[in-house]
Amino acid sequence: MDYVIEMLNIRKEFPGIVANDNINLQVKKGEIHALLGENGAGKSTLMNVLFGLYQPEKGEIRVRGEQANITDPNIANDLGIGMVHQHFMLVDTFTVTENIVLGSEPKRMGQVNLKRAEKEVQELSERYGLNVDPRAKIRDISVGMQQRVEILKTLYRGAEILILDEPTAVLTPQEIKELIDIMKSLVSEGKSIILITHKLKEIMEVCDRCTVIRKGQGIGTVEVSETNPTELASLMVGREVSFSTEKTPADPKETFLSIKDLRVKDVRGVEMVKGLNLNVRAGEIVGIAGVDGNGQSELIEAITGLRKTESGDIKLHEKAITNLTPRKVTQSGISHIPQDRHKFGLVLDFPVGENMVLQSYYNEPFSKNGVMNFKNIYKKANELIEEYDVRTPDAYTKARALSGGNQQKAIIGREVDRSPDLIIAAQPTRGLDVGAIEFIHKKLIEERDKGRAVLLLSFELEEIMNLSDRIAVMFDGQIVAEVKPEETNEQDLGLLMAGNSTSKAGGE
Amino acid sequence: MLFSNRMINILIPIISVVLGLLSGAIIMLVFGYNPIEGYAALWNGAFGDSYFLGETLRQVTPYILSGLAVAFALRTGLLNIGVEGQVFVGWLASVAVGISFDLPMIIHLPLAILAAALAGAFWGFIPGILKAKLGVHEVIVTIMMNYIALYISNDIVRNVLTDGEDRTAEIAPSASLASEWLASMTYFSRLHYGLIVALFMALVMWFVLNKTTRGFELRSVGFNQNASKYAGMSVGKNIVLAMVISGAFAGLAGAMEGLGTFGYMNVKSGFTNIGFDGIAVALLGANMALGVVLAAFLFGTLKIGALNMPTEAGVPTELVEIVIALIIFFVASSYIIRWAFLRFKKEGK
Amino acid sequence: MFKNRWFVLFALLLSIGLVLGACGASDDDAGNEEDSTGGDSSENTEEETSEENASGDFSVAMVTDVGGVDDKSFNQSAWEGLQAFGEENGMSKGEGYDYAQSESDADYVTNINRLVRQDYNLIYGIGYLLQPAIEEVASQYPDTNFGIVDSVAEGDNIASITFKEHQGSFLAGVAAAKKTESNMVGFVGGVDGALINKFEAGFVAGVKSVNADIEVDVQYAESFAAADKGKLIASNMYDKGVDVIYHASGATGNGVFAQAKDIKNNDPEANVWVIGVDRDQYEEGAVGDTNVTLTSMVKRVDIAVQDVATQAMNGEFPGGEVLEYGLSDDGVSIARTNEEAMTEEIITAIEEWKEKITNGDVEVPSTREDLETYVNSL
Repeated sequence: MDYVIEMLNIRKEFPGIVANDNINLQVKKGEIHALLGENGAGKSTLMNVLFGLYQPEKGEIRVRGEQANITDPNIANDLGIGMVHQHFMLVDTFTVTENIVLGSEPKRMGQVNLKRAEKEVQELSERYGLNVDPRAKIRDISVGMQQRVEILKTLYRGAEILILDEPTAVLTPQEIKELIDIMKSLVSEGKSIILITHKLKEIMEVCDRCTVIRKGQGIGTVEVSETNPTELASLMVGREVSFSTEKTPADPKETFLSIKDLRVKDVRGVEMVKGLNLNVRAGEIVGIAGVDGNGQSELIEAITGLRKTESGDIKLHEKAITNLTPRKVTQSGISHIPQDRHKFGLVLDFPVGENMVLQSYYNEPFSKNGVMNFKNIYKKANELIEEYDVRTPDAYTKARALSGGNQQKAIIGREVDRSPDLIIAAQPTRGLDVGAIEFIHKKLIEERDKGRAVLLLSFELEEIMNLSDRIAVMFDGQIVAEVKPEETNEQDLGLLMAGNSTSKAGGE
Repeated sequence: MLFSNRMINILIPIISVVLGLLSGAIIMLVFGYNPIEGYAALWNGAFGDSYFLGETLRQVTPYILSGLAVAFALRTGLLNIGVEGQVFVGWLASVAVGISFDLPMIIHLPLAILAAALAGAFWGFIPGILKAKLGVHEVIVTIMMNYIALYISNDIVRNVLTDGEDRTAEIAPSASLASEWLASMTYFSRLHYGLIVALFMALVMWFVLNKTTRGFELRSVGFNQNASKYAGMSVGKNIVLAMVISGAFAGLAGAMEGLGTFGYMNVKSGFTNIGFDGIAVALLGANMALGVVLAAFLFGTLKIGALNMPTEAGVPTELVEIVIALIIFFVASSYIIRWAFLRFKKEGK
Repeated sequence: MFKNRWFVLFALLLSIGLVLGACGASDDDAGNEEDSTGGDSSENTEEETSEENASGDFSVAMVTDVGGVDDKSFNQSAWEGLQAFGEENGMSKGEGYDYAQSESDADYVTNINRLVRQDYNLIYGIGYLLQPAIEEVASQYPDTNFGIVDSVAEGDNIASITFKEHQGSFLAGVAAAKKTESNMVGFVGGVDGALINKFEAGFVAGVKSVNADIEVDVQYAESFAAADKGKLIASNMYDKGVDVIYHASGATGNGVFAQAKDIKNNDPEANVWVIGVDRDQYEEGAVGDTNVTLTSMVKRVDIAVQDVATQAMNGEFPGGEVLEYGLSDDGVSIARTNEEAMTEEIITAIEEWKEKITNGDVEVPSTREDLETYVNSL
């Protein structure tokens, strides 16, 4: 037996709930060990226990065979445990090196010795193939690069065991590939990795073993080589899950949304949408594929009135909606499931119930003569909670307290319920587990079948391929190609997204 | 588990006050004063007889309104440091109306109160519109507006309302909130009907914020401007409105002084601190209407009671300030106590 | 839950207070009799009061303005007067005489009222800012005697103590005019108003009487308690070449002293002077071996306060009267503590002008209008 980490019979309670109940996790040296579970299953809690952020009520932790009492993250660091959080903890205006040494600066006569630190960072970066420029400022580098800085940070502090919390949630397909290479090179150097994820594909590709937890309970550990995605999924969810979304062929009708020669600038004044043309018809799902940063966000903000356009026309039912206020756009029949549900989709400190009427609170029966009618609001909210399977203690719970999947379901419930003509869904399943993804995909298809137009933006090619009736590839502010999902594959799409508008790029 | 959490929530403020009183007592002991006498003097000074009770309630009145002003802005995510200045313009406006007209009370008094609210609202509107249109931070503007209010009010008192005097004439009785009945009940304390206005305004704030669509928008903007914009609310409009309403509350606090406590406006050599104390009142009251009323009560009690400590218990004024500050500190820093509590609980396991 | 929390908090606060209050009251019973019921405490007629007072049961207290009893100026002077009075009559602080300090102008009435209810026979309001408060409370308690310093208040039970500050300031102006080398002197006022204008008018008149070409820079700090502003104004004045500053600004003047001392510290040869006010502010001006206090326009608030207290104790309270203390009765005077700076020449000039004022040859202006007439007539 050569376990570097053993967590035995861990139990962690929070007021009112048991987050971890009798969970076992044993990680071998030099392996990539997946920790799989739905959102809210207790993965993060378990890892926070290991990292010293929480103290377990029961159970034992052993590091390299010796019992350890990890009461705070510094002890975890000393034991060689490093954690890369889902949300990076970096100072934007500092350089890569400064961020890495922050808190454990090499000092010479009371001054930070940045030169030496830079050299060390450079060496580490080369050794593990991280390819990070030690002098770049954090705000100037991509999200993927920032993640590598976080990894470097743990390595710099001498981590032997790395915990990666949903590392791929924020990455582009290309970056995911690179991360997988990095993980492989880390384990080949003798490090051990615990990968928290709910993406089965990644587990199959990179992990050696996988521990599954469901609703706070340890379900068991499996050898990845002896299992398959379907088995993993049913272990995780506790029932059979269908992967490919079932849908009938689309029956597109009249054009709902038409965009002509649209130009939009971003906050910095740089033109991000450069003469874009796009139509979306009733009864079809149009997926926009593209690498992040090619103008997708600006396009959606322009349609929904959140950002002023420079020129061009946006029409809904032949009626111009260009540069209307967000409220006018909403009232003209557009629903918007925003890309960033925390920033835009919800007022996290409002109860779920009040979030359910965020777009309609000013209408009867939710208010009359400027006075809210909370009875009607919560009646409606409870209906939506029921219908969209939003798991919350009650409608009065703050939205903040809900898991990501349930927050998203609440948003979708609110937006779809308004019976819009066009639903704009931007990354509707980002960071969600298979169960929630399945539910949301089903809902979107249902809406399509009711004759609504759906504009889907996603950075997950799988989602685009599964859901879209038509794929519009966006590159450098324009739609460079439109293809049918059944006539293409991920490789071809990847090429188109990279700007190689070859074969079937017959646009318009 | 739930029960013990509830216990903690109830215990923490109690412990806060006890700790504040205890540390104040220790300070008094260290300096050779009898803390029991000191606190007895505080108590007698605030509630000792109906006169002091009247004065305490009189002091509570503007605190409620200035606390509401700060709290209202904070609920919309704005830090209105300018309550002090809004108090000044409100005070000035109420007195100006109070001395310039001769009207029946039923018109005159509401008119004077309304003038104060409008003046305060205008003083809040300026930082509001600057924030909404140009993104100028409201803290900077409101701080500067305080000084503008102070010196403009002084100048108007000296050169417009009077001829070089440093105090205006008394307001007409028809514009006065003062009440012979209340005064006679409390041995000539300056308790006035403004307390009713203040309590009513607390009700108004609660209703506007919690029951109206406008309040829904204001709170939404306070929590998350992006989501509010996404939901079709006008962030700028709500910012301006929040500052206007906040300013109106502050202006009313000024009217309490102008029409109630003093009955005139005089040249001020510095700030009244009603507005600045309002920040503490709002924070202590968790920005809720009821909380503000209770916090204002605590502040008024400490403020009036403390005046009695030097004369009755011989505790020097400076020490009294320290003791009062300690009590407020502990009440306000219940976070630390909560932390210690949880820590203690854990170790006990 | 939230409501509960607050309710308990306040219930607790109140109950603690009640317990403490109960303990405290029993403690205090032996000491003084503040527990006797409030408003109608002094039911005696005025005559009886006097009789009682003469028998040694007299007590006196004062209420400061926001400056406090350590303002090194006006309030302190008054407090010194009360202390002297107490000493003379074998009293101690809290037993016979006391003060109450005001933190804001809303506290004046509260403080006066409390002293009334603690059965003080005579209560002073120190400073004109307390005039409305004294008038208000005096009308409510006709059986208690009140004194107001530096202002005139109406009421049969109020003695108004005023000073001919313009006369003293005139002499301060003479001293300044004789001392200045740059022919530029300064005046720092507290709050711009009738009272301080009196100082200003007298001072300017004194300066101009000696030499009409001397420039007088007049500025107001708009506060009697803002030492920082005083320092800033003084700094500007000295930078411009002013070498003597007369301040009539209470604790604000401490900043003027601080600035003069800073300059003197950096350059012992510098020719900077401050003329103090109200009390002899010689101590405030000490810098090592030298002293920046040229002189002070001393207002003997202490003497006046002591004087009226004695009268009241003897049953001769000058209720309803306006008492004016001037040069002739030494109610105002010019300090000569700084013997080095106050040369023979200056003292002679001061004596000359004092003579002219006391015998009526010179009518010192006390308002800006009078000052204008006076200066034009020179």
